[in-house]
Amino acid sequence: MLPLEALVREAEAEVARQMEICNACRYCEGFCAVFPAMTRRLEFPKADIHYLANLCHNCGACLHSCQYAPPNPFGVNVPQAMARVRRMTYAEYAWPAPLGGLYQRNGLTLALALVAALTVFLALGLQTQGTLWRPIALEAGSFYAIFPHNLMVSLFAPVFLFACLSLGIGVARFWTDLDAAPSKGESIHEAIQEASLNAIKLKYLDGGHGEGCNEADDRFTHARRHFHHATFYGFLLCFASTSVATLYHYGLGWTAPYDWLSLPKLLGTLGGVGLVVGTIGLGLLNLNRHPEHGDSGNAPMDRGFIALLFLVGATGLSLAFLRESAALPLMLCLHLGAVMAFFATMPYDKFAHGFYRGAALLKWSIERRQPTRLKLTAD
Amino acid sequence: MTKIWDVLVIGGGNAALCAAITAREAGASVLLLESAPREWRGGNSVHTRNIRCMHDAPQDVLTEAYPEEEFWQDLYKVTGGITNEMLARRVIRESASCRTWMRAHGVHFQPSLSGTLHLSRTNAFFMGGGKALVNAYYRSAHALGIEVRYESPVERVELQDGHFVAVHAGPPGALERISAKVCVLASGGFESNIAWQREAWGQNEHGEWPADQFAIRGTRYNMGVVLRDVIANGADPVGDPTQAHMVAVDARAPLFDGGISTRVDSVSLGIMVNVNGERFYDEGEDFWPKRYALWGRLIALQPRQLAHSIIDAKAIGRFMPAVFRGEKADSLESLGAKLGLPLDQFLNTIRTFNAACRPGQFDHSIMDNCRTEGLTPEKTHWARTIDTPPYFAYSLKPGVTFTYLGVRVDETAAVHFGGKPSPNLFAAGEIMAGNVLGKGYTAGVGMTIGTIFGRIAGASAAKSAATAQENSRVAA
Repeated sequence: MLPLEALVREAEAEVARQMEICNACRYCEGFCAVFPAMTRRLEFPKADIHYLANLCHNCGACLHSCQYAPPNPFGVNVPQAMARVRRMTYAEYAWPAPLGGLYQRNGLTLALALVAALTVFLALGLQTQGTLWRPIALEAGSFYAIFPHNLMVSLFAPVFLFACLSLGIGVARFWTDLDAAPSKGESIHEAIQEASLNAIKLKYLDGGHGEGCNEADDRFTHARRHFHHATFYGFLLCFASTSVATLYHYGLGWTAPYDWLSLPKLLGTLGGVGLVVGTIGLGLLNLNRHPEHGDSGNAPMDRGFIALLFLVGATGLSLAFLRESAALPLMLCLHLGAVMAFFATMPYDKFAHGFYRGAALLKWSIERRQPTRLKLTAD
Repeated sequence: MTKIWDVLVIGGGNAALCAAITAREAGASVLLLESAPREWRGGNSVHTRNIRCMHDAPQDVLTEAYPEEEFWQDLYKVTGGITNEMLARRVIRESASCRTWMRAHGVHFQPSLSGTLHLSRTNAFFMGGGKALVNAYYRSAHALGIEVRYESPVERVELQDGHFVAVHAGPPGALERISAKVCVLASGGFESNIAWQREAWGQNEHGEWPADQFAIRGTRYNMGVVLRDVIANGADPVGDPTQAHMVAVDARAPLFDGGISTRVDSVSLGIMVNVNGERFYDEGEDFWPKRYALWGRLIALQPRQLAHSIIDAKAIGRFMPAVFRGEKADSLESLGAKLGLPLDQFLNTIRTFNAACRPGQFDHSIMDNCRTEGLTPEKTHWARTIDTPPYFAYSLKPGVTFTYLGVRVDETAAVHFGGKPSPNLFAAGEIMAGNVLGKGYTAGVGMTIGTIFGRIAGASAAKSAATAQENSRVAA
């Protein structure tokens, strides 16, 4: 067995062990979907373990209320066990798998090294042309004066498309293993609607009682939810900005730069601010989280992803303000480097969590509408 | 000069926290001494999951109605009348409104857990269980400015003619004398003190010491030091030291802190046999939640304090999953051999049982008509033949939740000395639960007693401290 495979099996066995303890206790049923999903089962094969692990939002409520948490000899720490399996889900399901293993061990280093390498590469390219450090006149297509539009597209499109393919294959494999398709005659629309709402509202970071999740201790707070919203919706706004700009470019023939009150600029600025504020908040929460909450093995991946998103947001924003500065070409290299590193690592890093968790949430919404196979009665 | 606290609370579980918070909110300065380190704080409360509450109409998580009289009858039945009606009714009445106070101090409730529908009418479940409740109370205590000291076991309580003076507390060898105007005892029972349990249970007719086989389901810190000390110094005792909340738990349960997951709920779906392969009690007498706390004691009275729940494939999926896997076998012979039972007797017990099962309509959610006829003891409900492999067995031993020996209190939670209430010593929780629970148990009533008497003791303590303040001013 490959070392990674052995680790995966060990992490899965630990989740199964803990779920059998939880299933005999069930005190945490009100916090999130993981425990009600657990009670529909008596045994925990691999697919169910990956399902439950990705359904877990790492809110921490069950750890702080657990009578079996360490130092109790039963040693139950559900958020930690789930986090370990989750990390392996991203590595195991994505294609090609070996890249995933590389990323999950050295997330932060890899992300930053990739940004640096790509930036240097782009900068060297400009340097040879003598255009790295000079002010660009405010004229139509000023970015394209540094990097021609077609060059940018030909650099980014393949990386982006490969990432989408890789992630798509991973999530499709995961969905197949989940075996979640509704039985004949069942409508999936309600389930899709519910799962989507649960995802976009981060329902399962509300603690079940609406007071939020845990961070540094047993207090509940909405901080993570709010910073995640800023990050996620900031990212979507940036994506919308790029999409609108693409439409302008190809559809309407309006080329960049756009002025401050244009749609791409408004969306991009707002999104950039969201990304920067959100990732700073998430980063601080991550650094201050209770040491037993979650898995320290996930920290490189989590922090690498947060750092990448921060760089994407911060460099993107700064481009808008450095418009007439000599630093613009260098900053553009940095921004493009960050975006490309972000695309390249997408299938294996924390970015994937949204897709795998979305699949798990959908399975839960389908499953909870089906009658349970168990016959636990009033006794 | 060392500080003299208004109210000193001994203990760190639910009753102690309810008392401390109530006293603090009434204006007293409060010091709480928890014997355990922080990670083990909260005593047995961290293992609880709900509180039994009366209500005359549906209330949020509680369905239908559970009137005072029905609650009282339930309590009267399980205790066989060994209870104090005045104190019991006080607890029952206040249980109707206590959840508003609990919510205000951070406790969240949830609908009854899956597999516990029978409790949705009578018991309100804490979201996340008792540890979440304890955490919420500690956060409230902190916000109110209550001082909490962990790892501070009380070694001795200084009393003068039923009047509290001070405690000697702290790690061995570094005892500190702490004075206070008033003291609340909320330090639990003595179940973790194995030597004391041994002394209380003594030897049985087989020359065995039954207590040697007990698992303690909760905290290892309830050593009964304070309980023994105050009784030795004249506090009136209440209850029998062998009476306790005792559940049948998996024989592989750890000595301490096995909590709820070590219980096994398959008993009423099959038969129970002792180490001789014989049945010894009606497994279908009543719904499991009304009987689970009886079986610990029943097994304690069997040879080797061990018994086996035997079920067949028909029972799988019908009871809450157990934390440890049961023995599994394709034949009864092989199952009996795995359990080390005298095979002839075991098989004979099964044969006789199967032959005595009358046809009926099996329904585990009601007291159905599946019963035996002509057996001693009979199985009066849910009796189905054991004949479908694979067969399963769970070996069970007694698990003690908490002991009932305590100190006698009155309606103000004042501890009695020679029949008279102490002016400044109060008690709440397991250390006085024996006033209400002479024997037996009904789910969630321990938390009801702890919460209500915790609040009563806290209010009495604050009042007593204020009076002491007033008196000293007058004297000056």
